[in-house]
Amino acid sequence: MTDHAVELKSVVKRYGDFTAVHDTNLGIPEGSFLTLLGPSGCGKTTTLRMIAGLTGITEGDILIKGRRVNDLPIHKRNLGIVFQNYALFPHRTVQQNVAFGLKYRNTPKDEAERRVREALELVQLPQMADRMPSQLSGGQQQRIALARAIVIQPDVLLLDEPLSALDANLREDMRIELKRIQHTLGITTVFVTHDQSEALAMSDRIVVMSAGHVEQVGSPEEVYNRPASEFVAGFLGNSNILSGKVMDIAGPVAKLELDGLGPVLAATDGVGRTLSTGETVKVSIRAEKLMLDGADPAGDDISTFPGTVTTVDYQGQVARYFLESGGLTLQAINTIDERPLQEGTETAIRIRARDCVVLPH
Amino acid sequence: MFTSWSLIRFGTILIYLFMFAPVAVVVLLSFNANQFGSFPMEGLSLRWFVALLENKAIVRAFQTSLLLGALTAVISTTLGVLGSLAMVRYDFPGKSLIATALIAPILVPEVVLAVALLLFLGAMGMPKSFPLLLAGHVIFTLPFVVLVVQARLVAVKREYEEAAMSLGAGPIETFFQITLPLILPAVLAGGLFAFTISFDDITGTLFWKPGGVETVPTQIFAMLRNSISPEINALGTVMIVITVALPLLSAGVARQLTRKQK
Repeated sequence: MTDHAVELKSVVKRYGDFTAVHDTNLGIPEGSFLTLLGPSGCGKTTTLRMIAGLTGITEGDILIKGRRVNDLPIHKRNLGIVFQNYALFPHRTVQQNVAFGLKYRNTPKDEAERRVREALELVQLPQMADRMPSQLSGGQQQRIALARAIVIQPDVLLLDEPLSALDANLREDMRIELKRIQHTLGITTVFVTHDQSEALAMSDRIVVMSAGHVEQVGSPEEVYNRPASEFVAGFLGNSNILSGKVMDIAGPVAKLELDGLGPVLAATDGVGRTLSTGETVKVSIRAEKLMLDGADPAGDDISTFPGTVTTVDYQGQVARYFLESGGLTLQAINTIDERPLQEGTETAIRIRARDCVVLPH
Repeated sequence: MFTSWSLIRFGTILIYLFMFAPVAVVVLLSFNANQFGSFPMEGLSLRWFVALLENKAIVRAFQTSLLLGALTAVISTTLGVLGSLAMVRYDFPGKSLIATALIAPILVPEVVLAVALLLFLGAMGMPKSFPLLLAGHVIFTLPFVVLVVQARLVAVKREYEEAAMSLGAGPIETFFQITLPLILPAVLAGGLFAFTISFDDITGTLFWKPGGVETVPTQIFAMLRNSISPEINALGTVMIVITVALPLLSAGVARQLTRKQK
């Protein structure tokens, strides 16, 4: 396929007996922003480094722009990489840092100067050209590292947790900035992060990884609303994972008997196969989709259970409640109108069928 | 009244006096006008320095020492940097064994090393020569270079090199453009170590030097066997100036380089 800027075909990475990345197939469409998301040790950085050529692959093929690059050393791959700690050359000025890659592309001097200037303007730091990296703040270093990576017009931009060293406010600004720049240039981007909100905010597609396996590939909405596994449901946001039995199936909605809670209507469109009556399944319900008293949804697909508030975690705009219902502990996050529900309050718990997602396995 | 601290201070002063007084005496006496190198001094004179310059054997020893030290520094630094790169950046079978072998020459008493190399050369049927003397000096200055450069290299993050390579620089360009400038202070310090150690060495040199070749230390040693000439005081002063001034100078250069990187 030619519309994929990067393609991984049955890629495996082993270190001795340890398999860091299991048989992975992945296509990254030209111009898209793809995020490898997962906890540390899930293989996301290894995958990025294999695409970069910084780590060899044990089995399989990696294609960049349709060309097999397994044996192509990193300096011939035409990639832009931004590292977690920026890795700006400390003995070079900002100008020299950004111009570094152009030297190896035989760019004429005046064109190189123009492109460096344009890159610095794109990251909004044109006045910093003569500074040394140590004279810049973390956020500025981050932007210069990005400018250095994009000035060479790479086929693919690889970002290895580039925001994790920044403080929280700056991180949110850079997130928007990074997405803007990526959009402006239309450059194929692979972004590695363990931060779900970064992944959800920036990506066209998210690859959720765990223990060297790809758990799910999909748009941010798909991954968030239709998790393909218990791991994905648990890793993104706060989810209640419950188990139950299929009682009846009616198109995209199934009637389940949840252990401890009783009958509930659930969505089955994320399963990808036909369920059978009597089958035991797991469902995921997002904490913010459990609606308590004060948030009364309308509709004919709502299931209701009684519950008792045991703990209130007040956060201003929202409150996180822990509830006891049918011997189970449930989590609910609701917006607050006036004041949160008090501990010990008896409340009704309501769930819409579409928010009660049956997991594939 | 003596408190424990003032006692320590007094002791420290005595120790330093014991260490540096002889050096001061040598320097002072080298300017003594008197024929016999002893106190009281009878006027200042540079005559012993002039005598040094006119002493062909000493001048030749000086040339030998400088050449030997400079070559030792260059070879040791080159090998040391390459060895350090291998040790820090790569994994290969037998790495820890080689690491030990690289450091071993400073753990083994120099005289043992000197005799061993001499016996080895004898067994090989090789006559003593200047290149072999040079090889000897390289062997026991190498560990110092490796230790200094390795320590610095560990602190230079791999990401700098990876970033350079991702931008299109090959491994060799990456080394000269990125790695070497970043470890340069350590490389210079290592080279200087190698030079001063070589310039100073007598034990190994006595065993390894071919007939007719003298370095400054062996020349002084030979002169001392006959008599204590005031020329030796002058020669000592020159050596002190060289071995003190060089490190100070290079420390200044290294500080300048580091400041530029900050």
